[in-house]
Amino acid sequence: MAAVRPARRPRRSAVPLLRFLLLGFFLLFVLWPLYWMFNTSVKPSDDYLAMPPVWFPDAPTLVHYWAAMFTYRGLEGLINSLIVSLSATALSALLGTLMAYSLARYNTGGQHLSFWVLSQRFLPPIGIILPVFLIYRQIGLYDTHIGLIIAYTVFTLPVSVWMMFAYFRGMPRSMEEAALVDGCTRWEAFWRVAVPLAAPGIVAAAVFAFIACWTEFFFALLLTSRTAFTLPTVFRAFVGFQGAQYGEAAALAIVSLVPSIALGILAQKHLVRGLTLGAVRG
Amino acid sequence: MAKVRISGLHKRYGGFHAVRGIDLDIPDGEFTVLVGPSGCGKSTLLRTIAGLEEISEGTIEIGDEVVNDFRPRDRDVAMVFQDYALYPHMNVARNIGFGLKARKMPQPEIDARVNAAAQMLGITKLLDRLPRQLSGGQRQRVAIGRAIVRNPRIFLFDEPLSNLDAQLRDEMRGEIKRLHQEIATTMIYVTHDQIEAMTLADRIVLMRDGVIEQQGAPLELFERPVSTFVAGFLGSPRMSFVPGTLVLDGGRAAVRLGDTVLPVPPGRETRGASDGKQVLLGLRPEHLSRAMQEAVPPGHFRYQATIDLLQPTGSRSYATFQLGGEPVVAELHAHDVSRPGERIDLDINMTRASIFDRETQRAL
Repeated sequence: MAAVRPARRPRRSAVPLLRFLLLGFFLLFVLWPLYWMFNTSVKPSDDYLAMPPVWFPDAPTLVHYWAAMFTYRGLEGLINSLIVSLSATALSALLGTLMAYSLARYNTGGQHLSFWVLSQRFLPPIGIILPVFLIYRQIGLYDTHIGLIIAYTVFTLPVSVWMMFAYFRGMPRSMEEAALVDGCTRWEAFWRVAVPLAAPGIVAAAVFAFIACWTEFFFALLLTSRTAFTLPTVFRAFVGFQGAQYGEAAALAIVSLVPSIALGILAQKHLVRGLTLGAVRG
Repeated sequence: MAKVRISGLHKRYGGFHAVRGIDLDIPDGEFTVLVGPSGCGKSTLLRTIAGLEEISEGTIEIGDEVVNDFRPRDRDVAMVFQDYALYPHMNVARNIGFGLKARKMPQPEIDARVNAAAQMLGITKLLDRLPRQLSGGQRQRVAIGRAIVRNPRIFLFDEPLSNLDAQLRDEMRGEIKRLHQEIATTMIYVTHDQIEAMTLADRIVLMRDGVIEQQGAPLELFERPVSTFVAGFLGSPRMSFVPGTLVLDGGRAAVRLGDTVLPVPPGRETRGASDGKQVLLGLRPEHLSRAMQEAVPPGHFRYQATIDLLQPTGSRSYATFQLGGEPVVAELHAHDVSRPGERIDLDINMTRASIFDRETQRAL
C-alpha cells in the first residue's frame, strides 16, 4: 500500500501537464501563422525573407496597410465585401427561415423537397459558373453588387435552410398552437413565437452564411471586375510582375480577419446553442 | 360560457380514419372528460374543437354558431397543453397576458387581469420569472392562468397533468375541479387516466377507435358499463371477467360457471338472451365481500374461495382467488384475510355484477 502512494503522485500532476502541453502546442499551431502574418504586415520589405528570421521588426511600419487599402483598392474591396456579405446574409437568413418553417411545419413539397434543397449545395460552382456569367453579362448584373448578392444568397441558402429546418423540426408545435388559440394569426404565431425561439438557429445559420460570403473567391473573381470586386479578389494583385507583395497581402489579410473575429465573439453564445440544432431549449 | 354541439364529425389523415362519426352535446358549464386508450381519437377530437385540426366531415357548434371554418383565435376557446407550451422567451406575466395583448387589450387592463389570475392560482410571486425557472406544477399553473385570464367560452385541456408526478397530479386535479366550481365555464378535458376522468367529470365520454363507446355520468359508466371495454377501462383493479353460460329456468335466470351456478336476482334484466348463451360475468373487486353473518344477504351468492394472492394496500387488501377457472380479485378489509392459501366465505353481490354477451362483448 505504502508503495502505491508515491507512485500515484507524479501521475496526477502529469495529466494536467500533458494537457497543457497539448493545448499549448495546438495554440502555437493555430496562432503562429497569425502572428507571422501580423509580423509581416508591419515589417519593412527587406525583412520579409531575412535569415535569420526577424521575430519582430526594429522599426514597425504601417506603410503596407496604407498601400493595401489605397494603392491596391483594398478599402473599396472591404466596403464591397461588407455590402455584399451583409446583404446576402440577411436575405439568406430571412428566406431560409421562411422556407425552413414552411418545410418543417407544412411539410411543403412532401418528403423530398428538404433534401433536394440541401442537394443544391453538392453542385460544384464550376458546373454553373459559365452560364451564370453569360446570363449576368446579358442582363446587366455582371460586376454589380446586386448580381453578387443574388449569387451569394442562392449559394448560401441551402445550408441556411437545412440548419433552420432541423431547428424548427426539433421545436414543439404546441407553443405556436397555444399562440393560435391565444389569438394570433398564423403569421403572428410565426413572428412572435417561432422566430424568437429559433433565434439561436437563425444566428448560427447567418454566421455560416456570412463566413461563406466573406471568404468566397470564385464567384467574385468571375462575376465582378472593377466595380463590385470583393476583398478576396484584391489578393490577386499582390502576386504580379513585381514579385509577391508579402507586406500588403499580410496587411489586407489582417484587415479581412477583423469582421470574422468580431462576428465570432458577438455570436458565440448563440452559435453554440444554434449548432445543437434545437436540442437545448429554454 | 357556451354549449358545444358536435354532429357527424369525421377526421381522416390520409388513409387513417382517426375520428369516425362523433355526435356529442355538451351543455353549458359542464365538465366533460374525453377518456380512452392512446390512439382512440380523443386528442384529435379536442384539437378539432380548438380549430387546430381541420375536420373532414360534420359540424362543430360553439354557442349557436357553426365554427367549422373559424380560425382558432376566432373560436374564443382557451387550451391547456400537455407540455404546458409556455413561451420560453417571455416571463410569467407576459405569458399569461400574451392572449390579451394579441387581442389588443390596453396594457393597464392586461396587468389587472394578469394579477387577478395570478392571485387566483397563487403564483403572484412568480410573475417576473421565466418558464425555465419554474417547477412542473408552477408551469402548469401558469398555463392554466394563461387560459383563465382570457375568460373564454370554453376551456380545453389536453392531458394537462400527465407530465407531473403522482402527488402533484392529485393536488392539481383538485385545483382544476375547484376552478371549475368557481368559474363554472364549459370544460372539455382529455385524459387517458381513468381516475382523473372519474374524479373530475360531470360526464365521461369514453372513446375507442374513433367512436364514442359510452357516455354518461361517471357512476353510470362505472356501474352500468355497456361493454367489456368500458367495464375494463374504468376501475382499478379492473373488473374480473369469468366466462360462463346463461341458464334460463322459467322466470329465473342464472349464470353457470363450471359447477357453480350463480342465480341472477329477480328484476335484473337479461334483455332477451336465450338459454345456454355464452356470457362473461363481470365482477368488480368491490362486488365481493367477506361473509360476516350466517344468512346470505339478498341478491348475493356465497362462495368458498381459496385465496391465491394477497395484496394489502393498508386500509384494504386485494385478494385473488379462482372462480370458474379464472382469477377474480376481491377488495376486502385489511384484516379479512391474513395469508394466501386461506379459505374464506365470500359474498358475491349479483345485483351489481355485470353480464356480457361473450360474442359481442356487449352488456346484456
